[in-house]
Amino acid sequence: MNPELGQVALILAVVLAALQCVLPIIGAWRGSKPLMATASTLAIGQFVFVALAFGILMWAFWTNDFSVAYVAQNSNLALPWFYKLSAVWGAHEGSLLLWMLILNSWTLALVALGGKLPQAFFSRVIGVLGFVAFGFLLYMITTSNPFLRLLPAPVNGADLNPVLQDPGLVFHPPLLYMGYVGFSVAFAFAIAALLGGELKSTWVRWSRPWTNAAWGFLTVGIVAGSAWAYYELGWGGWWFWDPVENASFMPWLIGAALIHAQAITDKRDGLRAWTLLLSIFAFAFSLLGTFLVRSGLLTSVHAFAFAPSRGIFILVYLAVVVGGSLLLYALRAPKVSGGKTFALASRETMMVIGNLMLTVACAMVLLGTLYPLVGEALNIGRISVGPPYFGPLFLILMTPLVLALPFGPLSRWGKADLKVWRRALIRIVALVVIAGIVAFALGARGWYQLLGVSAATWVMAGVVLFAIKRWREAPRGHKYPFEMLGMMLAHFGIGVFIAGAILTRSMSVEQDVSMRSGGNVAVGSYDFHFNGVTETQGPNYQAQQGTVVITRNGRQVVTLHPQKRTYSGGQVQTEAAIQAGVFRDLYVSLGDPIGDGAWSLRVYNKPFVRWIWGGGVLMMLGGFAVVLDKRFRLKRAVEPETARAEPKPELPRKLAEGEA
Amino acid sequence: MKRLLALALLAFALTLSVNAFAIDPLPFQNTAQRDRFQHLTRELRCMVCQDESLLASNADFAKQLRRQIFDMMQQGKSDREIKDWLVARYSTFILYDPPLAPATLALWFGTPAIALAGVIVVIVLLRRRTRPASTIAEEPGDDW
Repeated sequence: MNPELGQVALILAVVLAALQCVLPIIGAWRGSKPLMATASTLAIGQFVFVALAFGILMWAFWTNDFSVAYVAQNSNLALPWFYKLSAVWGAHEGSLLLWMLILNSWTLALVALGGKLPQAFFSRVIGVLGFVAFGFLLYMITTSNPFLRLLPAPVNGADLNPVLQDPGLVFHPPLLYMGYVGFSVAFAFAIAALLGGELKSTWVRWSRPWTNAAWGFLTVGIVAGSAWAYYELGWGGWWFWDPVENASFMPWLIGAALIHAQAITDKRDGLRAWTLLLSIFAFAFSLLGTFLVRSGLLTSVHAFAFAPSRGIFILVYLAVVVGGSLLLYALRAPKVSGGKTFALASRETMMVIGNLMLTVACAMVLLGTLYPLVGEALNIGRISVGPPYFGPLFLILMTPLVLALPFGPLSRWGKADLKVWRRALIRIVALVVIAGIVAFALGARGWYQLLGVSAATWVMAGVVLFAIKRWREAPRGHKYPFEMLGMMLAHFGIGVFIAGAILTRSMSVEQDVSMRSGGNVAVGSYDFHFNGVTETQGPNYQAQQGTVVITRNGRQVVTLHPQKRTYSGGQVQTEAAIQAGVFRDLYVSLGDPIGDGAWSLRVYNKPFVRWIWGGGVLMMLGGFAVVLDKRFRLKRAVEPETARAEPKPELPRKLAEGEA
Repeated sequence: MKRLLALALLAFALTLSVNAFAIDPLPFQNTAQRDRFQHLTRELRCMVCQDESLLASNADFAKQLRRQIFDMMQQGKSDREIKDWLVARYSTFILYDPPLAPATLALWFGTPAIALAGVIVVIVLLRRRTRPASTIAEEPGDDW
């Protein structure tokens, strides 16, 4: 198919986006039903054209159309078909197109599911999403067009970056973007509420499932990225506080705070202004993440200054979106601030503490991520900010949150029963002590390991106690509604994550060794036997493949085949071999030949590393479970204008029908 | 436009240049020394890479420096001495743990300042919005 058609589709989409951001909002302002009715049509139309552009780019990859510059740079004849398709989002232009397609998909979902929202509100929401889409489409067309031609077309493409030739890349960016872009829905709801001057906070309930879904996607996107780094980059680490990682972590932290703020505002009408502010910031941080990763700013401030058009565009866009939203907030929010009062010991207070710590942690990550960039720009010397800065500060900031965590659910809204707190505290402490003793008996030494076990038990015990309390006290049929189930899954996931993160760090054994064929090294209670290296051939790479037999007490555990691949483009990529287990991963990565038939190898024993991602997956499931709650099913009854205009409309109609 | 594309591609390739992780067997005397070495080099930046630690980097620069750090450890130098030596040669940019200096004041005191501001806001909010528990009526029924 013709790539120029893709270009035309994008131009049509940008026109529709412009209309989508103007017509429905004017319609809502003027109360014009025909104008408001354009919202759905325009959104669907825009989706169709962006999907068409996406399909055309995918087709160009599928058919090896190297006359398209983007395809030539990121694909190759020998590339397996699934990587050809995922190569669509392997670099800048294509990943923006994916971003757009996902934004349109969220909008489409809103059109499909939000039909029962009041029409004026719905129109404003779609209008705001149109504005977001307009900016991104304009950006693509003016600075990052994926359909540029390369003439004469090369015979073969340069190949996809081998780091990205992995199942992890197939899933990581789409999931991450589902999360980033998903926050645009909560953002659009908040802006629509501000524009329309919604005094009641019913809109918060409508936006809650969308926020939870987006946060779930963002969680699993980060998990996928972390797991991918773990096995694909061959370093066996799972988080480096790299600016790119931080860029995705900041919206996650704000999203977690937003989920809780929305719950308070929905149920207790408690933090209306704060919820609005967080809705704006969750999306602002998503945009900032895109900006940081996509502008080249992270490579170097100077690289950014050298090719500034892309970066400047996003920066201006960011300033317009965030600045405009905050201005609107400043003008309108004071009207809606206030809410129900509560006692100091209450679920509200616990959630406020959580919100405080999450937002401060986000500010800390922002400071540490931007500081080197600002330092470089202001010429006050180059500074590196890395794990030794973020790690300890994050740990300190999360301590109050973790301590408060079990007591949030165990408190009542408005006023907690102190007897319940005291009883829970005694039981949790008892369980923590037991877990500590068991861990000690199993050989855990050192304060860091024991701290990990205690903190994880603290959180998980809190969830279990809450589950038991509900089982005993809650009315039949309403013991665990989906919303609560989501909370329990996510909170339990935090406990699992804490155990994984701290135990992996304190118990891992990693060793770089040199071995000849027949050599052997002991890692903890495991013996790694090296049986030499053979040549092997992949679709678009040559590989040297090692064979490592792992035994424990003389019994064979597993045979691993780490590879060192040389791709057709000449890039070398290590492919670690891992035997995954619930309680430990055995990890072997092949290095270089170092003479005399010896090879360098990296061998790892990483206890509990799966728990890190297991915890993340539980948090994701928690986010998704909330979406299913009956509470969020829209009823026709949310049409306040008509309800006010004709009180009790049923009665006259029934009468009318009776007469007929 | 071509040059721009090439540049963007280069920037992208740089961010992903971590594709070969260093595997560098050094003859450590014992486990404690190996742990100490890993801990130390993990907190140092490879000066020629995008964003990689000295432990992880496969660049020749990192390889040589790892060897030098290893040798200094064999000579009985402390972590402090090794870091001082590195800073003297490469400036504090090599430390992922930036030392407190006029240029890093805002970095180190920024977070406590933000946290303090947050705590004050929360205290004001709680003072304004909370009432004594005795004045709040019990709400019977399912509390969810």
